[in-house]
Amino acid sequence: MKIGLFIPCYVDAVFPEVGVATYRLLRHLGYDVRYPEGQTCCGQPMANAGFEGESVALGERFEDKFAGFDYVVAPSVSCTAFIKLNYPRLLKGKHECSAAKKTIDVVEFLHDIAKVDRPLGRFPYKVSLHNSCHGVRELHLSSPSELNTVKFNKIKDLLALVEGIEVVEPDRPDECCGFGGMFSVEETGVSTKMGQQKLMRHMATGAHYITGPDCSCLMHMAGIAARQGCPIEFRHVVEILAAGL
Amino acid sequence: MSTSHSRLADKFLENDKYAQWHDNTFWGVRQKRDRMADEVPEWEQLRQMASDIKRHTITHLDRYLEQFEANAVKNGAIVHWAKDADEFNSIIYGILREHDVKKLVKSKSMLTEECEMNPYLEAHGVEVVETDLGERIIQLNDQKPSHIVMPAIHLDHHEVGQLFENKLGSEKDNHDPTYLTYQARLSLRHEFLTADAGLTGANFGVAATGDIVVCTNEGNADMATSVPPLHIAVMGLEKVIPDYDSLAVFHRLLARSATGQPTTVYTSHFRTNRPTARKMHIVLLDNGRTEWIANPQHWETLKCIRCGSCMNTCPVYRLSGGYSYSYFIPGPLGINLGMLRDPQAHSGNVSACTLCLSCQNTCPVKVNLGDQVYQWRQQLDEFGTANKQKKFICKGMDAVFTRPKVYNMATDNAHLANHIPSFIMECGLNPWAKGHKMMKFPKKPFHKLFKDLEKDEDGK
Repeated sequence: MKIGLFIPCYVDAVFPEVGVATYRLLRHLGYDVRYPEGQTCCGQPMANAGFEGESVALGERFEDKFAGFDYVVAPSVSCTAFIKLNYPRLLKGKHECSAAKKTIDVVEFLHDIAKVDRPLGRFPYKVSLHNSCHGVRELHLSSPSELNTVKFNKIKDLLALVEGIEVVEPDRPDECCGFGGMFSVEETGVSTKMGQQKLMRHMATGAHYITGPDCSCLMHMAGIAARQGCPIEFRHVVEILAAGL
Repeated sequence: MSTSHSRLADKFLENDKYAQWHDNTFWGVRQKRDRMADEVPEWEQLRQMASDIKRHTITHLDRYLEQFEANAVKNGAIVHWAKDADEFNSIIYGILREHDVKKLVKSKSMLTEECEMNPYLEAHGVEVVETDLGERIIQLNDQKPSHIVMPAIHLDHHEVGQLFENKLGSEKDNHDPTYLTYQARLSLRHEFLTADAGLTGANFGVAATGDIVVCTNEGNADMATSVPPLHIAVMGLEKVIPDYDSLAVFHRLLARSATGQPTTVYTSHFRTNRPTARKMHIVLLDNGRTEWIANPQHWETLKCIRCGSCMNTCPVYRLSGGYSYSYFIPGPLGINLGMLRDPQAHSGNVSACTLCLSCQNTCPVKVNLGDQVYQWRQQLDEFGTANKQKKFICKGMDAVFTRPKVYNMATDNAHLANHIPSFIMECGLNPWAKGHKMMKFPKKPFHKLFKDLEKDEDGK
């Protein structure tokens, strides 16, 4: 099984440690992982802002970069969801689209493909889980609170493999944090208010850390926490899974 | 960068205590809805069934509307067809004039809001009295509804108490909700008894029987139709459903989704006039709907049964209020209906969505509300309503991301931004810095670290 590692632009530029943890974790589990050079962005930011035409060339580049892989694994649910749900439509008639089928978020890969069930790292802290919208409602990493379906949470399942951890969820466990890409720039007031409230609910759990499957939500809340001087730290799920490996 | 919605939302947020109350109130309604949904084991099947029935009915609308009309006429009602708001208003006024109606009592109808019927009738000398308590309050307060199911939810009992003191002559400083409800009832009883006609909306029109079905909690629709000598029912074309079996599906979903009740207190079926009254009139309104059916990306909006659950769950609605949207219907539904109505006038609402997609999960008929907002955003450029700055940024991002060398140069040097003094980074020109502290860029991005990382892992 050949795995291509996709490190989205903002993870590359702002959170390289999340890329490092994803790579180390996959190698630790014995996978053949390559990181094709020259990768940039999947095109989500422009598309959500209303200019998906600008994402087509990026989609074509993405397809070419990851042509020879069985899976493309990425540590970001919103980028993964964008590729899976929008590339088939955007590339129709322009480029063959295989990325939609083989791109997979790292959480889903570990849970459903690798089916990890042995102990992973050690992280002796109380952690509040941030269920990112696109992870919940587009990639189905957990059961959405709105639906009357069997309750599950793949992130929680994985975190249970970490030694010493205590995982909690905030009140309103899958309500949006208010980032939303261009939303945070166009609707600064509401975006910030949503972020402040979300942060407050995470803080109310008494957790030392907030973790989640998407760095953009974490970046949004971390920026607000730093501005308000809130004593809480942020880690992507893979950083916790790989802690101490 | 701001939009008409974000500017009004900022104003709403100035009163932080009120904003929090508003958010918590609607979250409470969402929780009640969740409890109801969880009590029905076949809930998700019901939603799918409701969506399928709507898809079927809307794509066979001609057939069901003609069947509805034939049965309504057979029942003894008079059916009118209005192509737009103007025709709608003049038909209603024509019926009222024919019967010399001086005072009209109304149960809740968003359709008449859509057509701005009240001001039209008032300009023609007809007194119009809203009888749904929430609608009556905002009518007395000279306001528009801030929510489609709970139109006066933005006012508290003190505000209502003061309003009643001024308009209904209730006791000074007595803001007890039970007392105020009693005052409202007293005043409305008088209106019912002295009205010349009653007008109701319609939650459903049943094609197989010609029934107009109206769901209320206050029984005001029943008072409005059983006291005055004339009943006019108004309905948007998309509200027709095939039969009682399909009505049963929607009936199980509507009140649970809307207010978290197993059913509305009253569900009334109207087929014809009562023996002592004049013939019942039914006015069917198109007003763009038949064109929207042909819109491949947005026709699903017509499946809506107006429960309001998309608003209650929408975190942006909860923290910006009904009046921050330019269309008379707010929230995810209002964004989409406003764009169908007039994209030039309502593009400023399209920003009011984080694409969290909670609305599509609560929607009892599975309207893809969030996906449609995404689609509308793609069309703003074509409508000429796209923000120029945003377009420039997106073009710029594309220029960087399609050129890995430029991208690498930019990200390799991003850490230099850490040294820009915070008074520059966090001055008013950087919208992100209004609520956030700027993030620190690492010395090396991932693509610069990878070679060493790979070597390290290979050596293990």
